[in-house]
Amino acid sequence: MENQIIEVQPIQLTKEDFSSDQMVKWCPGCGDHAILHSVENVFPNLGIRKEDFVVVSGIGCSSRFPYYMNTYGFHSIHGRAAALATGIKVANPKLSVWMITGDGDCTAIGGNHFIHTVRRNVDFNILLFNNKIYGLTKGQFSPTTPKGTKTKTSPQGSFERPFNPGELVIGAQGNFFARTLDTNPKHMTAIFIEAEKHRGTSVVEVLQNCVIFSNKAHELITSRELKDENQMMIEHGKPLIFGAKNDKGIRLNGTSLEIVKIGENGITESDILVHNMHETDPGVHVMLSRMMPPEFPVALGVIRAVDFQTYNDEMDETIAHEKETSKIKNVDDLLNSGGTWTIE
Amino acid sequence: MTLKKNKVVGLEQVVVRFAGDSGDGMQLTGSLFSDSTAFAGNDFATFPDYPAEIRAPQGTVAGVSGFQIHFGRKTVYTSGDLADVLIAMNPASLKANMKWIKQGAIVILDIDTFTEKGFEKAGYKSDPTLDGSLDGYNLIKAPISNLTKEALISLNLDNKSVLKSKNMFSLGIIMYMFNREIDLVSKYFETKFKANPLVIEANKMVLAAGFNYADTLEVLGSTFKVEPAPLEKGKYRNITGNVATAWGLMAASERSGRELFLGSYPITPATEILQELAKHKDLSVRAFQAEDEIAGIVSAIGASFTGSLAVTTTSGPGLSLKSEAIGLAVMTELPLVIVDVQRGGPSTGLPTKSEQSDLLQALFGRNGDAPVIIIAAQSSVDCFYSAFEAAKLSLEHMTPAILLTDGSLANGSEVFKIPKVADLPKINPPLVKANDPDYKPYRRDPEKLNRFWAIPGTDGLRHRIGGLEKEDGSGNVSHDPMNHQRMTLLREEKVMRVANYLPDQIVYGDENADLLVVSWGGTYGVMRTVVEKMQRQGKSVSLAHFRYIMPLPKNTETILSKFKRIVVCEINNGQFVKYMRMNFPQYKYEQYNKIQGLPFMVAELEEKFNALLKN
Repeated sequence: MENQIIEVQPIQLTKEDFSSDQMVKWCPGCGDHAILHSVENVFPNLGIRKEDFVVVSGIGCSSRFPYYMNTYGFHSIHGRAAALATGIKVANPKLSVWMITGDGDCTAIGGNHFIHTVRRNVDFNILLFNNKIYGLTKGQFSPTTPKGTKTKTSPQGSFERPFNPGELVIGAQGNFFARTLDTNPKHMTAIFIEAEKHRGTSVVEVLQNCVIFSNKAHELITSRELKDENQMMIEHGKPLIFGAKNDKGIRLNGTSLEIVKIGENGITESDILVHNMHETDPGVHVMLSRMMPPEFPVALGVIRAVDFQTYNDEMDETIAHEKETSKIKNVDDLLNSGGTWTIE
Repeated sequence: MTLKKNKVVGLEQVVVRFAGDSGDGMQLTGSLFSDSTAFAGNDFATFPDYPAEIRAPQGTVAGVSGFQIHFGRKTVYTSGDLADVLIAMNPASLKANMKWIKQGAIVILDIDTFTEKGFEKAGYKSDPTLDGSLDGYNLIKAPISNLTKEALISLNLDNKSVLKSKNMFSLGIIMYMFNREIDLVSKYFETKFKANPLVIEANKMVLAAGFNYADTLEVLGSTFKVEPAPLEKGKYRNITGNVATAWGLMAASERSGRELFLGSYPITPATEILQELAKHKDLSVRAFQAEDEIAGIVSAIGASFTGSLAVTTTSGPGLSLKSEAIGLAVMTELPLVIVDVQRGGPSTGLPTKSEQSDLLQALFGRNGDAPVIIIAAQSSVDCFYSAFEAAKLSLEHMTPAILLTDGSLANGSEVFKIPKVADLPKINPPLVKANDPDYKPYRRDPEKLNRFWAIPGTDGLRHRIGGLEKEDGSGNVSHDPMNHQRMTLLREEKVMRVANYLPDQIVYGDENADLLVVSWGGTYGVMRTVVEKMQRQGKSVSLAHFRYIMPLPKNTETILSKFKRIVVCEINNGQFVKYMRMNFPQYKYEQYNKIQGLPFMVAELEEKFNALLKN
């Protein structure tokens, strides 16, 4: 099944339709503001009625998000947004469900719900704001904090190996993973649209900056001096090329990736790996997700988008089939089914 | 088939216990005898007694599986205390069940299994049929294994298949003893084993062989008959508490017009509710088996937000895991039914044994002041009605409701007079119409104090809710001190006002009796049995058995005020009595508590009450 093209219906909505009247209380300079603006820009352009959006979250700075969107929204408890969104989508599959979460909420306390949601392929979008720190509790290391980072609970440097969200998603048999940056609204907007278009659990990792507790956590990727060398914008069907002069590329060498320079040692553009986000085999997608500076540029864009039956569709189809074929049409039928006897 | 024995003894009520190795098919034997009991027009209740292990070593006490049925010509409230008749298919089942039979009971043994090897596995040092330990019992040593083999000699079956049908030999004996027609059981074989005519034939032959064998027994001087009970006219079925719970929830879904969503995680002894609901996609039930207890309840809260009748099912330890999420449902004021099939605790405790373990957890096990409605089912059949009622109250008052059942009710079965769904009360959840200009997320109904249910997808009602404290009315996040106080009081008052919609508490017996017995939930059957028995003896005892725990019925205090002595009986270390002392400290309460993973016995309660009456 091909990705469903969202028909643009004659629903005329604007960004203002989705801005709530609540004061936004994130810190000035927080990356969350830019993400909120992008989402507000995306929602009017999806051809979906504004009443059909539901924005849900768990706990953390990012999880305040639903209060700032004028949609149906639910700010739940720490780590449980994926379970909440699953209930919403399975109970009413017509809704467009968006889960907003952070690295602690999603991959620590909510890790179990996250991997099982991905495994089941329930059709909703997960925007994972990864700032590699616990912000709301004021600066403790999270499961994505790099090893050795000094935080309030790792004053001598963290001992723990971090999760890479992309690797986690694909390892849990995820079918959609994309990565974007809070400093690139245009890219974010395009990626959020791709996430909604994909049927199934769509996970978007937004590399987001916490100005207070992990400022410049993504400095290697976002700084003006380094970004050309350390960012690789990927697109389906296009070669994996990056660099200030667009002269570097990614090549498959045996079972691993390597950086090559076009024009050197007889390398031409045809030697460069062409991105196929629809490839069912997860091998290259995992390797692309794992690429990190300083060794590699970080891959930004849709890394994996593979069609697969969704949990909610299977539930709907099974219900429709059972309703059609079962002799039991209502609870009276059920009560009177099987072994009964009558007292005259 | 005609009977040679002409002496028939009429009985008021009988308890029969089938016991064998877990592979011996005792559950099927018991349920076929139950079907025949239904056909005979008796009232009855049953209880299976499974081993905790799935397949414990064969022939050992740990591997014994039992099935008890209590039937009578009057209302039967429980599956019975001690058995009048025991069938033991091996030494281990005799050993495991000796403490559950009456002095002088009829004990039927498959004597072919009473070998040195059998004694060793069961842990018997000597042959119990010879060493005097069965003196005073009416012992029938039946060569069941060998007679089964003989009965099937013409069919040339392998030894394993032959021994598999020996349970039907024992059923044949019991059917004869109680003057039952075996044709009904033969018909069951024809449907059940349609694909395998040889199996039908074998089972029929063995059943008849058992029946005829009993006819030749000198020791069985007479047969027994329990006359039909005066049951109301109507259609009946047999139902377990767990199935009744599932069906009550489906009935509530139909009467409210809200689709049923279940988010649940398997846990003994609640799992059958999930299994039963998973079957019924034909009635649009969306049963989601979650990755854990927390995802079970949180997915249900999500479904409730979207307008479903949302349910989560669990047992004690699972309820602990759900605590935080119950608080979320309290804060967001969404309907949600939490079914807790109680078992022995704390921690993993006694998973297969029943206990009234979670009353205090249900009442108080959350952070903050977080009241919920609590109903406790009082019988297996009542699980149907109390599940329906929990759903109705939760939906109409927009607040979570906990339904407490227990392992005994869940696995036990009773005769259920089939109701018509149209006769059940209509359920009217407070839904908001599209574009209601007055809608505010926390605007309240002035009578019930519930907020209103605005379903995502509805025009003009977009709103946000969540676990943070809400401003009264607008539902915006609020940290205002006076608002928090007001909202806390409103949430409590909303639950307390549910009492305005509950029937009065019933007292069985004289309102001026010397002793008021107080109990709640799953002990109803045994409490009624004891109190009625004592009342027939002229004792001044009354019973107040509570189904509504939170809030309590409005006349509770009036009832308590009329009695000088009150004794609160519970299968725990005294939880309801603490709740009574908290609510009505002006009265004095005595207690009777049993914490053995076992139900109350009629005799022990009678002894306690008689002692109280004497002092």
